[in-house]
Amino acid sequence: MRYFLIILIALFFLSCSSSDDSTSYVPTPVNLEIPPLFNSLLLPPSVPTDNPQTLEGIALGRKLFYEPLLSNDGTQACANCHLAENSFTDPNRFSTGITGEMGTRNAMPIFNLVWNFQNNFLWDGSASSLEDQVNDPIENPIEMNNTWPNVVATLQATSEYPELFEQAFGSVIITKESIAKAIAQFERTLISGNSRFDQYLLGDNNAVTAQEINGFNIFMDENRGDCFHCHGNEFNPLWTNNAFHNNGLDSSFEDLGLGGFTGDPLDYGKFKSPSLRNLAYTAPYMHDGRFATLDEVINHYSEGLVYSNTIDPLMKNIAEGGAQLTTSDKADLKAFLLSLSELEFTTNPAFLNPN
Amino acid sequence: MKKIAFVLTLLIAFSACDSDDDNNAPQFLISVSHSHNWDGENVSSDDIGITEFTNENGEVLKITRLRYLISKIILTNSTGDEISIVGTNDYNLVDLSDNNTFNYATNIVVPPGTYTKISFVYGFNEEDNMDGAYEDLNSVTWNWPGMLGGGYHFMQFDGTYENPVIGDDPVFNYHNGTAKVSDGVFEQNFITVTAENLSINSNTVIDVKMNLAEWFKNPNTWDLNELNTGLMGNYTAQKRMNENGQSVFSVYLGD
Repeated sequence: MRYFLIILIALFFLSCSSSDDSTSYVPTPVNLEIPPLFNSLLLPPSVPTDNPQTLEGIALGRKLFYEPLLSNDGTQACANCHLAENSFTDPNRFSTGITGEMGTRNAMPIFNLVWNFQNNFLWDGSASSLEDQVNDPIENPIEMNNTWPNVVATLQATSEYPELFEQAFGSVIITKESIAKAIAQFERTLISGNSRFDQYLLGDNNAVTAQEINGFNIFMDENRGDCFHCHGNEFNPLWTNNAFHNNGLDSSFEDLGLGGFTGDPLDYGKFKSPSLRNLAYTAPYMHDGRFATLDEVINHYSEGLVYSNTIDPLMKNIAEGGAQLTTSDKADLKAFLLSLSELEFTTNPAFLNPN
Repeated sequence: MKKIAFVLTLLIAFSACDSDDDNNAPQFLISVSHSHNWDGENVSSDDIGITEFTNENGEVLKITRLRYLISKIILTNSTGDEISIVGTNDYNLVDLSDNNTFNYATNIVVPPGTYTKISFVYGFNEEDNMDGAYEDLNSVTWNWPGMLGGGYHFMQFDGTYENPVIGDDPVFNYHNGTAKVSDGVFEQNFITVTAENLSINSNTVIDVKMNLAEWFKNPNTWDLNELNTGLMGNYTAQKRMNENGQSVFSVYLGD
């Protein structure tokens, strides 16, 4: 019996020493699931070396993404304004924070961000990484209205999170950095690359209609849609250039966009080109969600352009309001755009609430 | 014992290599530099959206964006051997707004002496201009539409110009690439730029200069009021760009 006790004590110390030794703990590495077109056409995804993807980190990040304890009053999670069914954006024009106040921009959808090689996130480019991006919604008074010390203390006091952080990062001590890293790992798994148009590009000629192909040709025609200069093409499956443009929405700016971040007047009124994937689920459109439908968006580029001194020269015929598409061209273009949507992305069980 | 003998043999082999190299003439490192001017006046990222330039036709314009592709820089020595000057890739997308794209080192070293020529391709030649073949260029949406011959843009030169009749500054998209003759019929549009009889006696910079004014000048005086946007599928415009482009670039070897 005495021997048994000694063995038990020895085991206890052994287990303590192994779990406390954070430097030796290695969570389970995970490779991103890269769609075939992305694999063959794009540079490899940019995952930071100090935050590799791991099974435990992704699971923790997913749980945190759906965790209302991140907000000051425990009522709002990231997922409240980034809904899976809406391709991780908000169907409301502006999101409402915990105090009832509304923001001034439409929440951005979240997918394929691991291919944002420029590492400038958000409509105004103000976040330099997905980890960095986590800061603003947590601290913003009109969003989660919390403080990092409070977030850390709240999660640390729970019965489950310290162990999950230990599994993901080797320490039961929760930090601002480890929270951001976990959420970023989950967000990097949000990959959408299997729309009907992808299937067509992979060789399935029956995946799209003749109207959708015609819409693609309008998209690629400089004298009609001329969408491709900013929104990708069959060899850029991101369907965005991840750059910033003034797309002729206003003659003067209440929201300076990129210029508000850089301070450069030449950047006033510029916003990030969003991806055209999953438009079926991401209404309303534009940085301020001003357009409720895709028809309104297409009409804007066709007849609604407004001059301002930072307007991108890729916006043509500004004096006439734009591309002057015919009614049938507009319909075909819209059909093509919707062929880039992927319902399975919005219902993928791996992305849904685990709590 | 065997092991020591083996290590000694290796050491001797490597030192033999070393001494071989030492006996050769010195080798000089090659790097590449891009610069831009408007008839001799330096043009830099600071000029974007601010500086007014007057073209040959008298239009006052501002640059919003200037990106262009250079490929296949080749140095030919006196015996006719071609030395490919390669950086990260065999091509370079130069962006006037990004100084990091102007200069790059290579790992190419060459002996001193006289070289018969240095040449490069503006754009891609037919062999290299393959649809979707370059991941980094796809990632920045540099592709040229398939309906216009595919491959990649050679240049995107965008800006605004003054036109009192239209009012608010109208825009131009001076985009160059493969020329479409008719549906399914395309014509190559790249330009090979060459300088001859050069000597290398130290570490050397291949200096590629672009005179932006020449795009609007020689031999075709470019009228922005006629040719401003929608030029990618305009055969005449594409061929005029090619003609004017012949005098846009120059290449020098410098220290």
